[in-house]
Amino acid sequence: MALKPESFTSLPDADRRAVITGIGVVAPGGIGNDAWWKAAKAGKNAIRRITRFDPSQYPAQLAGEVDGFDAADYIDQRMIVQTDHWTHMALAATQLALDDAKFDPEGKDPYSMSVITASGSGGNEFGQKEIENLWGKGPLFVGAYQSIAWFYAATTGQIAIKYGMKGPCGVVCQEGAGGLEALWHSRRNIIRNVDFVISGGTEAPIGPYALTCQLTNGRLSLENEPEAAYRPFDERANGYVMGEGGAIVIVEEAGHAKKRKAPQVYAEILGYGATNDAFHAKRVSDDGSQLERAMKMALERAGVGADDVDAVFADAAGVPEADRAEADAIKKVFGRPVPVTAPKTATGRLYGGGAPLDVAAAVFAMRDGVLPPTINVDKPAEGCDLAFVTKATEAEVGTVLVNARGFGGFNSSLVLRKP
Amino acid sequence: MRRSAVTGVGVVAPGGVNREAFWDRITSGKTATRKITFFDPEGFRSQIAAEADFDPTEAGLDDQEVNRMDRYVQFAVAAAIEAVNDAGLDVEQVDRERMAVTLGSAVGGTMVLERDYVVVSNHGQKWLVDHEYASPFLYQALVPSTLASEVALRFGAQGPSVVVSTGCTSGIDGIGYGHQLIQDGEADIVIAGASETGISPISMACFDPIKATSRRNDDAEHASRPFDRDRDGFVMGEGSAVLILEEFEAAQARGAHIYCEVAGYANRGNAYHMTGLRPDGAEMAEAILDAMSQGGIEPEDIDYINAHGSGTKQNDRHETAAYKRALGDQAYKIPISSIKSMIGHSLGGIGAVEMAACALAIDRGVVPPTANWENPDPECDLDYTPNEAKRKQVDAALSTGSGFGGFQSAMILARPKELQEVGI
Repeated sequence: MALKPESFTSLPDADRRAVITGIGVVAPGGIGNDAWWKAAKAGKNAIRRITRFDPSQYPAQLAGEVDGFDAADYIDQRMIVQTDHWTHMALAATQLALDDAKFDPEGKDPYSMSVITASGSGGNEFGQKEIENLWGKGPLFVGAYQSIAWFYAATTGQIAIKYGMKGPCGVVCQEGAGGLEALWHSRRNIIRNVDFVISGGTEAPIGPYALTCQLTNGRLSLENEPEAAYRPFDERANGYVMGEGGAIVIVEEAGHAKKRKAPQVYAEILGYGATNDAFHAKRVSDDGSQLERAMKMALERAGVGADDVDAVFADAAGVPEADRAEADAIKKVFGRPVPVTAPKTATGRLYGGGAPLDVAAAVFAMRDGVLPPTINVDKPAEGCDLAFVTKATEAEVGTVLVNARGFGGFNSSLVLRKP
Repeated sequence: MRRSAVTGVGVVAPGGVNREAFWDRITSGKTATRKITFFDPEGFRSQIAAEADFDPTEAGLDDQEVNRMDRYVQFAVAAAIEAVNDAGLDVEQVDRERMAVTLGSAVGGTMVLERDYVVVSNHGQKWLVDHEYASPFLYQALVPSTLASEVALRFGAQGPSVVVSTGCTSGIDGIGYGHQLIQDGEADIVIAGASETGISPISMACFDPIKATSRRNDDAEHASRPFDRDRDGFVMGEGSAVLILEEFEAAQARGAHIYCEVAGYANRGNAYHMTGLRPDGAEMAEAILDAMSQGGIEPEDIDYINAHGSGTKQNDRHETAAYKRALGDQAYKIPISSIKSMIGHSLGGIGAVEMAACALAIDRGVVPPTANWENPDPECDLDYTPNEAKRKQVDAALSTGSGFGGFQSAMILARPKELQEVGI
């Protein structure tokens, strides 16, 4: 007699569908969905001079920081000392997302729940402290938690343990594109019989050494006026500004959400496409053909025509070549002035947390029938003359395409549809 | 259901930096563990490791690649070159838009991150480090996704590319990820595997305070002792392996040598502790049963188990319990081994290296041994294939992994049913 796992067999079942039933935002502009969404709609710029450390000696001094975040509001002291700021924000966002989905993991089948997050760069601040202890004082001064706080899997592991989730867990790294991959990988697991996934991601790149690393990628804006630093698609585009935080997104099997009477189904995750430029180890490509292919693949998998898309949430790299590539791809895919927005112009680029935050904005836009604005883009560069949403605009938003790219040629595109 | 064939294998490991040298090493029972030479380990609790004597130029990397890539990326590119050649793939001819890259790593670019940190902080003296001293490719070390993007760039792979970072199960999960891409029709060819080079002061220092690594510093050769009563922790290693996964029918159609196929892959979490394991092995057993059930594999079908066998007290006990739980009495009959006894534990890389060992075991009909096994432990009472390789037809091999974060993974590679009659 064949032995069977007591939980399930992870083979794909085409009838299972993945829907988003909860969001938890911890991002520049606001903690909590309502506070952040209000700021996003208002186009309130959260990019400002770095306060987490004194940035005076660095050529880039701006970031999107999360104001008023106190980890102790969400997690106990024992957990705070064992984890990095990046994980603190993710744990807070997870609790907010579970509350939003009105789901209490307590007492549920542990194998039916998974955690799959994106990470761009891990526990930067924690890592810098411990490596400083090692090199400044010696190996005996490295703390016991370095081994579990710094590595990229720390957030997924801690969330799974805190909430008792024993389903297939994952951590994906694609720099700024990872958030969409995490959501689609959640869907891969949903069709393989997982019911409930905590997904999305956060990032905490604001530290002296992390900034030093980022300065070598050649893409950070060195402009220190908050309104002038990150203006993707604009003729004055001069790089991007980093930001911290992100969003945790609850991905649930549609039938499971229905059965438990989830308070809302924001959207279905319908289609996804991922490609790589495979172009150069460092240089930015102005060729949008692989991004275009990712977008088309996402639409095709979703079974959605380009004409049915109500809005595009752009990756908005802020680097002129990359902006042209994206503008070109959008024009080729849509052939019409589809509304395009980039609410990240008010938060900075959050790496692993960026795409999940865009997904949060997209589903709130669907819910409220209003598209959030792109700020500081008033003189589109040549070739970048897209139909930008520059102030909060009422619209029927039923189907959305979200783009995300990452350093290293990663392109991804996700199609979401309101149920 | 689309199936994944393994058509190429590439390995960079201690004691032999290519596939054949690796195979010779792990079937010899001889260990590649030694006193650390990469830096002066004085003052560290554990001062031993399995280091690879790797020459990137000899492995086929060009000067620019050698210059910009961290060691773990170099390993993966070298392993990928070997695997692609082994598969007989002409990357100019294949549809590279359908070619994906899925690679695992637990700690990514730590070596370069640490090397540059020492410089910009002037030996850990300045929190506000001096960015002017940073090297031009430091960002690539910060983001572990570089592992996938560099391999994609090397082969022009324009399909999905991703780095999977689930601690010490990253290696199995990297290959499992690629397998799922093939199953779901997201790719037709996947460069799948993992890489890790963690023999650096900060990575060694991480494991000292939690006493995870062996302190048998005076006897490095015998320090990695999985399942032995006197084991006292794992020995750090480094390594990479890449498997070429291809959609099965396409691989058959082009007449590729098919080592085996991925018969099942599963992972579970223990939701218990970031580093601790409950002794019952329940979640690992669950992953094993899931993987078996995917491929219709019965306990009697499994001819070899490649254990995580890290050599920590708790791991080996946990894993032994998991095998009994999943396989019942059959667990006592299947030869088990841990190649970490010879090549150390390369964290996120080792899972892929162990899958390479399984593919070769199936291909060549040999079960590699567990070196340094001398004294039975009453809690580890299975057949660990002590010290000497065993000739045996292997049609299905199970490999398991366990990682910080509570992750438990299992993968089964098997000779495809169509090819079983013509087996060795």
